[in-house]
Amino acid sequence: MASVVPLKEKRLMEVKIGELPSWIPMWDFTPKGIAGAFQRGYHRYYKYIDVKKGGVAGVSMVLAAYGVFNYCRSYKELKHE
Amino acid sequence: MNENLFASFTTPTMMGLPIVILIILFPSILFPSTTRLVNNRLIALQQWLIRMTTKQMVAIHSKKGKTWTLMLISLIMFIGSTNLLGLLPHSFTPTTQLSMNLGMAIPLWAGTVILGFRYKTKMSLAHFLPQGTPLPLIPMLIIIETISLFIQPVALAVRLTANITAGHLLIHLIGGATLVLMNISMTTAFITFVILVLLTVLEFAVALIQAYVFTLLVSLYLHDNT
Repeated sequence: MASVVPLKEKRLMEVKIGELPSWIPMWDFTPKGIAGAFQRGYHRYYKYIDVKKGGVAGVSMVLAAYGVFNYCRSYKELKHE
Repeated sequence: MNENLFASFTTPTMMGLPIVILIILFPSILFPSTTRLVNNRLIALQQWLIRMTTKQMVAIHSKKGKTWTLMLISLIMFIGSTNLLGLLPHSFTPTTQLSMNLGMAIPLWAGTVILGFRYKTKMSLAHFLPQGTPLPLIPMLIIIETISLFIQPVALAVRLTANITAGHLLIHLIGGATLVLMNISMTTAFITFVILVLLTVLEFAVALIQAYVFTLLVSLYLHDNT
């Protein structure tokens, strides 16, 4: 599992699958880091919205993600015993 | 089944953290701010809708009442978007919690009453006695009018809570009934249709916000400007 480049600076597509469990805890979990992650995510998403002729796809992606998030949140009650 | 039915109305916490705050803040993402002269389609659509609503709602107020425009428009946007987002599967609707609705209703109503008392004291006090009542009835009528005044914020809050909660519960119940009846077909088609119709009617949750803001509006108007 030796890598030439240090593990922290790699992005998702460059990390090999075997390195994944050791890559994730290296994220920046401080409040500033989390806020930065949300900012970056918002800007990457906004390019689906900030077009002259947008469609329903941009907003519906967010709503679908919101639905999945709520499903994960209530998975415990919905589990079939 | 009983506990399962009301489980969706509990305050969502994840590992002890109150993520209900995030859920309340979520609709604000869907309303981007305008930065340019010619904006993208989403913003243009929202601007058009907001302008249309604003014109309707603010037209009846006097100059002093128009200072409440921002408050009223943000109120209707918040309640509208929150209610509509609650129609998505498994989502949590903050407006089903009476605590939040009371927190919205009481300060706003109190604001209108205090405004009326400050600037038009005689007029607001005169509201308690309709014109042309026979003399013996006056004390009882004043009591009744006072009670009806103080019940206004409670009515506002409870109306919103009860409507949204009842709608969600009905959807849960009828959906569950449909699933059970799937094995005994023929009735399923009919019940599924009822669900569809109910969902469409419930999408007039937006109409409910209209009701909310409108009643608030009428109250403001009456108290302040008459």
